[in-house]
Amino acid sequence: MKKKTPLPATKAAKPAAGRPTPLQTPAGAGVPPPGKRERGLTAVEMGARQREISVSEFFTKNRHLLGFDSPRKALLTCVKEAVDNAFDACEEAGILPEVVVKVEVVPVDGVTPSAAQATRFKVTVVDYGPGIVREHIPRIFAKLLYGSKFHRLRMSRGQQGIGISAAGMYGQLTTGKPVQIISRTGEKNPAHYFEVQINTKTNEPRIIEKKQIEWENHRGTQVTIELEGRYQKGRASIDEYLEQAAIANPHTQITYVTPEGETKVYQRTINELPPPPREIKPHPYGIELGLLLKMLHDTKSHWLSGFLCADFSRVSPKVAEEICTAAGLNPHAKPRNIMGPDAEKLYKAIQSTKIMAPPTNCISPIGEKAILTGLYKQIKADFYTAVTRPPAVYRGNPFIIEAGLAFGKGPQEASAVQRIGPVAEGEHKEDDTELARVLRFANRVPLLYQQSACATFQAVLETSWRNYGVSQSRGALPAGPMVIFVHMASVWVPFTSESKEAIADYDEIRKEIKLAMQEAGRRLGVFLKRKERAKHEFHRRNIFELYIEEVAEACKRLKGGRFAVERLKTQLMKIAMKRTGGEKVDELLGKKAGPEGLPDSIIVTAEGVEGAVPELPPEGAPEPAGAAPAPAGVPAEVLEPAKAGMRAKPGKTKAKPAKKRRKGR
Amino acid sequence: MARSSTSVEKKLIGLADLVVRAADRGRDPSIEIPVRSLSNVKFNEKRRIIEMGPNTQERTFFNVGMAKKFMQTMLVADALSELQRAGLTTSLREIYYRAKHTIGDSHENTFDNQNESDPLIEDLEVALAALREEFHVRAENAGTAIGPLTVVDDGDTVDCSKLGKGGYSVPSIVEPEYLRIKRCSADFVLLVEKGTQWNRLAEDKFWKKYNCVLLTGNGQPPRGVRRLARRLHDEKKIPVYVLVDNDPWGYYIYSVIKQGSINLAFESQRMAIPDAKFIGLSSLDPERYGLPRNVGIKLNDKDIDRAKELLNYPWFQKKEWQKEIRHMLSLGLKFELDALANKDFQFLTKKYLPKKLQDKDWLD
Repeated sequence: MKKKTPLPATKAAKPAAGRPTPLQTPAGAGVPPPGKRERGLTAVEMGARQREISVSEFFTKNRHLLGFDSPRKALLTCVKEAVDNAFDACEEAGILPEVVVKVEVVPVDGVTPSAAQATRFKVTVVDYGPGIVREHIPRIFAKLLYGSKFHRLRMSRGQQGIGISAAGMYGQLTTGKPVQIISRTGEKNPAHYFEVQINTKTNEPRIIEKKQIEWENHRGTQVTIELEGRYQKGRASIDEYLEQAAIANPHTQITYVTPEGETKVYQRTINELPPPPREIKPHPYGIELGLLLKMLHDTKSHWLSGFLCADFSRVSPKVAEEICTAAGLNPHAKPRNIMGPDAEKLYKAIQSTKIMAPPTNCISPIGEKAILTGLYKQIKADFYTAVTRPPAVYRGNPFIIEAGLAFGKGPQEASAVQRIGPVAEGEHKEDDTELARVLRFANRVPLLYQQSACATFQAVLETSWRNYGVSQSRGALPAGPMVIFVHMASVWVPFTSESKEAIADYDEIRKEIKLAMQEAGRRLGVFLKRKERAKHEFHRRNIFELYIEEVAEACKRLKGGRFAVERLKTQLMKIAMKRTGGEKVDELLGKKAGPEGLPDSIIVTAEGVEGAVPELPPEGAPEPAGAAPAPAGVPAEVLEPAKAGMRAKPGKTKAKPAKKRRKGR
Repeated sequence: MARSSTSVEKKLIGLADLVVRAADRGRDPSIEIPVRSLSNVKFNEKRRIIEMGPNTQERTFFNVGMAKKFMQTMLVADALSELQRAGLTTSLREIYYRAKHTIGDSHENTFDNQNESDPLIEDLEVALAALREEFHVRAENAGTAIGPLTVVDDGDTVDCSKLGKGGYSVPSIVEPEYLRIKRCSADFVLLVEKGTQWNRLAEDKFWKKYNCVLLTGNGQPPRGVRRLARRLHDEKKIPVYVLVDNDPWGYYIYSVIKQGSINLAFESQRMAIPDAKFIGLSSLDPERYGLPRNVGIKLNDKDIDRAKELLNYPWFQKKEWQKEIRHMLSLGLKFELDALANKDFQFLTKKYLPKKLQDKDWLD
């Protein structure tokens, strides 16, 4: 990576009389005489200043590109990178991920400030994954652009191999402290302790300390980074990130010790790993000319046709021949010899040849059931639904869009709102102008920043929610107590920047998201309409009951004296029942309002829960084999009450038998 | 008084009977209410007043859209009958508070604001063919009178020529049972739209010099003022002249005094003064009296729309009136009474009105 360094502006110039002799500028002649032009530098001078810039140096200066622009964001990014890596490693090794995240306040000058005031933090992330072999540890944590994920097309959270080392570099830059790593690959192997720093000049790790230690965990990795940051709750906080991560990854277990010392546990709700994604070769439609040239140069194949078949997906010998013919190139030509105009011809030929869409079985979507489970567990609502779209392709990369929706405030909350007693003039019951919340995910990673730049957000805006009974102002999010979940799974998610905050706006992607939104919205519409109808009928009868009381009493007062008020009430009630179709209302209000005709949906009412209700594992379920019994550093008795406090749902809801589900499932 | 009271009370109790009868027969109780809108008023050319048409609407109980209104109507009727029994008068707002409560153990109120109860009282007025005064509901005392007039109000004799320049505050109920006109030697009644101009006239003792009763209603005159003017006109056989701003709203105020209003068309026969004359401010006056253009105000879109509506009202079809309104539109200006001060502070008292009266320069 070469780059011109900018010319320093204060270079002295020679007096005009003197001959231009480079490198002889007298010291002291700092400022050119007024009115005289500054003499430029010679090519030699300039040449002498050219030098290589290492990635580390580049990102040191441009750390915002990696998500370290503000102290608050830096802290989040650090946690995020460590957690993403832990999840990826566990899944690849076929282990159910379990991580412990601990964010501690670092005392400054012997004083420990409160979490909100603190500027220095220590982030520790422990996983019980496969561990890392000793030789790779320094480079994984202290060399930028070192990793296993960049050179392959396979769905994973990380893509480039920058994340964790960048976090370490940021910590080193702001606190001077090295990254501490403990890793152990199995019970029989020793645990290794490393302290590493990154040499930003060379982008190479510098090992400060390494030793074998005793570690209570049989297997896994622990990374500790000390960094400058800010801890703030609310939007785009660590808390939100982990909560959303738990929604999109119900097969994981996350224990989070906040800087305030509180322990939160995001319980695992699905005890099986998602099917492992498979690695695929690039699809010919997805590459650019430059990449084609590089591939031509690097291939092991001897023939052009062989290269096309071997290095791309969906290119059969027949298709390869077709391409060669279209390009006017010999199929037996040496790939290395194809360059310049030939390569361009080849590139054009590829684009114009009809090639099958890339295989899509390489993507592992979260799945409707898991999304439902995640939403149901983390968000209180009256209605949940989830949609997984069939795979689609953008620029030769297969992808899957998934959407979820949670609507309402949950029965408890709703009834709490209703009981406030007499209402004074102007004190209205519903001033609900809250906008929907959009949870965005890419390969199961929550995206918290740059919402409005994201294709998902745009697609949500473009969906006409009014069609589904949800109000929406022009160019705004739909209004209401609603959480919208959008997930894009792909071998290569097109982010708008390296900090992976927003998905780039490709037509194909946006279209798919909209289709998913529409399906979820349609189901919501059905639910709302049903609820509305039942409520309407109920209200109809209810108001009559209430008003009859008033009217009868008014009649009594008007008439004065002896008046058969009870008889009048009974008579009026009879008329009311006749006119509002009694039984039918019960039916509408009762169990039959369930999710019939609503696939992959859950309906929660005050009476109970219906639909594709996930069976949450009972508390204290046996941990899957291989996982450590208790997360390190967290005493078991601390965890227990926290676990018990998780989403206090009536027990009967969990025990709902599966037969309640729709037949089609 | 005792007799009419009973008849109103009977009418109110009749509503309860109506509910009981319907319930007995298993029917939906329903109240028939005449429609109070432009579509249901008619200009009676002969009597020269606005009358209510024959259209009515049913207010039924077992209809989700009307149930609450029905219930509210019964509550208002109950409150009104309570007034009758107690022999008290009250305001619209007090009726609202009297009938307001939370229904049963719900969180719903019988009324959320006064806008819900006010129209129901008007509904009952038309449905039961009773007057608001008969219901013992009064409005604010928004009118004032001064001049050679003596009335007996609640047993007190009030001489309206001995009340300084403040005048007598006209109560909202001026029916003979409450207010007796003992003596009135005036030659005419001058009803002024604006309180400010009434003050001018009162201060200048205009009423003394020209022997008239000065009335104002501060804008659209309330029932009490209209009714008092009507009674003076009927009982003392004196003409009524109306002095308003030169704008569409001024014209309409005049027309309400003369023919009655659309909303309260059923009251016209009691309130309207078909012989009332429009003395000013006419759109021709600025030219005649040399008012400069710069004391006019440009008509805004609302004014223009309103003026065009007036042109279509049957009671503005006289040639002079069409000319009057069209002239205002062609000028594109409206003039306030206050603008006369541009000539002289006492221009209204000393020049304008004397000349108008002398020339009998008014519109009918």
